[in-house]
Amino acid sequence: MNEERKGLKEKITNSDIWRSIFRHGYENTGRRYTLQILQNVWLHLHPPRISRHALNFRFTWCMGGITFLMFLVTAVTGVLLMFYYRPTAEYAFADVQYLEFDIPFGMLLRNMHRWAAHGMVISVMLHMFRVFLTGSYKKPREFNWAVGVILLLVTFFLSFTGYLLPWDQLAFWAVTVGTNMARATPVLGHEGPFAPSEITQSNDVRFALLAGTIVGPSTLLRFYILHCVAVPLLASALMALHFWRVRKDGGISGPL
Amino acid sequence: MEHFIALVTKPDNVPIVAILFLIPYFIWLSYRQARQTDKAGVPSDAHLNDKVYVWPYLCRNEFVCAIIVMLVLGVWSIMIDAPLEEPSDPTKTPNPSKAPWYFLALQEMLVYFDPWIAGVVLPGLIVAGLIAIPYIDTNPKGKGYYTIKERPFALAVFSFGFIVLWIVLMVVGTFLRGPGWNFFAPWEAWDPHLVVPLTNVNLSYLFGIRDANTANFFGFVVVAGYFALGPIVYLWKHKTSDFLQELGLVRYIIVSFLFLTMLSLPIKMILRIFFKVQYIWVSPWFNI
Ligand code: HEM
Repeated sequence: MNEERKGLKEKITNSDIWRSIFRHGYENTGRRYTLQILQNVWLHLHPPRISRHALNFRFTWCMGGITFLMFLVTAVTGVLLMFYYRPTAEYAFADVQYLEFDIPFGMLLRNMHRWAAHGMVISVMLHMFRVFLTGSYKKPREFNWAVGVILLLVTFFLSFTGYLLPWDQLAFWAVTVGTNMARATPVLGHEGPFAPSEITQSNDVRFALLAGTIVGPSTLLRFYILHCVAVPLLASALMALHFWRVRKDGGISGPL
Repeated sequence: MEHFIALVTKPDNVPIVAILFLIPYFIWLSYRQARQTDKAGVPSDAHLNDKVYVWPYLCRNEFVCAIIVMLVLGVWSIMIDAPLEEPSDPTKTPNPSKAPWYFLALQEMLVYFDPWIAGVVLPGLIVAGLIAIPYIDTNPKGKGYYTIKERPFALAVFSFGFIVLWIVLMVVGTFLRGPGWNFFAPWEAWDPHLVVPLTNVNLSYLFGIRDANTANFFGFVVVAGYFALGPIVYLWKHKTSDFLQELGLVRYIIVSFLFLTMLSLPIKMILRIFFKVQYIWVSPWFNI
């Protein structure tokens, strides 16, 4: 019986189909551990080996990884939400209500998306704090710190553009308050210092952001596209760069 | 009190309540490690830097961490529903109207500075300053481990900015600001009709200056003096110190400018709260 099973297993794992998919065996050797990382598209951003202290939770707090995990959760739940949501002033609010009350697990979906987004903001702040406390921005990681700062802004902007989409009072006024300051941009805002007389309410930076003089239907569409397409693409590109640099700068920093 | 409780239990404010616990925990965690290093010396590369395989050791940790985080997120999402208020209505302004919690430190700065500074110039300088950190911190020590002894100045400045000017202001903006963006202690009831008399005066007025041109000049001198005097005196006294030699003049100017800009916020807060100062510099083009 056992012999038979072994024979079957061998037959399967030696078949052309199996071997075309899985490029290495599963033996307990260092060679296999290395291949496991190198030959896997999801894992190959990792180096095959790292220094032991990089495993230590007390060192990294896992916060960079948690930020990335939260991003993945929002990406998956966000795509699902997009099936039910239309970014127009007529439908947006009703669609969110419909999602909450009539779609199976719709409420849970929305909750996960929202709380993961909040979680991402928390974890990215803590990640930055830990990177500072361990002095990990020092040579040769200066540039990766700069990439990180941009990622921090991108995270805020993702969260902020998403805040408008439910199109309720909370969304509307938070975004109104949040974009009001743009009026006062020096030179480019119509209420800012040194603004030339050509800069008016309807061509300053705030107008560019809102696609109008107040938050309105065009703002909703603009924020929707930024939130669902433009900014996630930018964030993904920057994260790829960030992770690549972590590795190329010699892995997680440590005392050497 | 009921307003305060309503704020603390608002679903969207859960993260900031969580932060109130997370930040002290991580400060404690890093402080303990820093003290250990400072006592016993930098952990030697001996056993810390030997290599381990990423598979399975790191991947296992990542996997466990992901499971725990997903559990927390799952429980959070099942227990607490995302808020949905009435449909948006541009004619009904809520009072107070607040930005999302992570912007409330910025909104809080609006109390002390005009929008062009609080909303545009300072945020811009914060970003520029953050990016500049690796290039202006020339201290090669304290890389890759927790320590206090080896970089006290950098730690003090960043922690002050991060904890006091960001986290604390965010918490104040979230929990202690009520109608009219007035300050309400947790036990106070919100009074939407509260009128705070505008008794603030400009700094020049406190010094007895009544004429606009003189006041403009006075403001310029104060602001310019603030940014120039300290750095020049320090430079003059310590110009041969190793620290300044290493830093160089350009970096020194940038560091002192950013540092004083950061300090200008608490200074303005103190001037406003204790001396009722509205502006330090009133000019025909802008007010600071
Ligand atoms: C979307 C946001 C971000 C993601 C997903 C992310 C992800 C990561 C991950 C997974 C690591 C590996 C080590 C760790 O987990 O701590 C890392 C390292 C690093 N991150 Fe980030 N990060 C983000 C934002 C930031 C920010 C805001 C900064 C700083 C301003 C930053 C600076 C760095 C630096 C300098 C390292 C190298 C640390 C070392 O070698 O010890 N990152 N990041």
